[in-house]
Amino acid sequence: MLTIARALVDQIVAHARADHPDEACGVVTGPAGADRPVRFVPMTNAERSPTFYKFDPVELLKLDREVDDLDEEIVIVYHSHTATEAYPSRTDVSYAAYAPDAHYVLVSTRDETETEFRSFRIVGGDFEGGRRVGAEVVEEEVVVVEPAG
Amino acid sequence: MAIEVRIPTILRNLTGGEKAVEGKGGTLDELFGDLDSRHPGLRDRLVDDKGLRKFVNVYLNDEDVRFLGGLEAAVSDGDNVTILPAVAGG
Repeated sequence: MLTIARALVDQIVAHARADHPDEACGVVTGPAGADRPVRFVPMTNAERSPTFYKFDPVELLKLDREVDDLDEEIVIVYHSHTATEAYPSRTDVSYAAYAPDAHYVLVSTRDETETEFRSFRIVGGDFEGGRRVGAEVVEEEVVVVEPAG
Repeated sequence: MAIEVRIPTILRNLTGGEKAVEGKGGTLDELFGDLDSRHPGLRDRLVDDKGLRKFVNVYLNDEDVRFLGGLEAAVSDGDNVTILPAVAGG
């Protein structure tokens, strides 16, 4: 189960809408070991493509250092699909190797008004030939925490 | 002094859980060969017969090695190497 504040959901969706029709991507980090998404970090899609995304390698290194220095973990890896459903593609699974234990959030902006927001775990498998091999996609419930009052 | 190599989470099963390991060599290729002798399988996760695997990022002192000659990049004692799988998908 992914528990996430409404404000973070809104930030992820806004990023996906802003970059549409290209795919948007980024992470949400949080305190190490807490499984609690706190800090929204949008990333540049180095591919600038409607069908592919790749974190800019320099930004990825900077992110990795920050997460280490701040004693954080990658809680969520998110990206958008701009013409298909919010479900991890085979390609998504094969490159889910940087933060294997994260929640993988998929947003679909294929509809102009309705935004799909779903979360998955990508479980098991090995890292072979530069790809994640044999991993399984498991959808999980998303609990959105609304602001108090 | 040696070359410090930071290992990503997904490859720590090859380093006994270690986040960073040390190695030696004059080029990145030699360094990976040296690491592979103590952590068998590591090199194959990073390199294929055409060079560095496409979806693996390797940084030498915070610079992407693709701009430093890839596997032929010169390394020496005191350098830091970081390995990070690309974050990508479709």
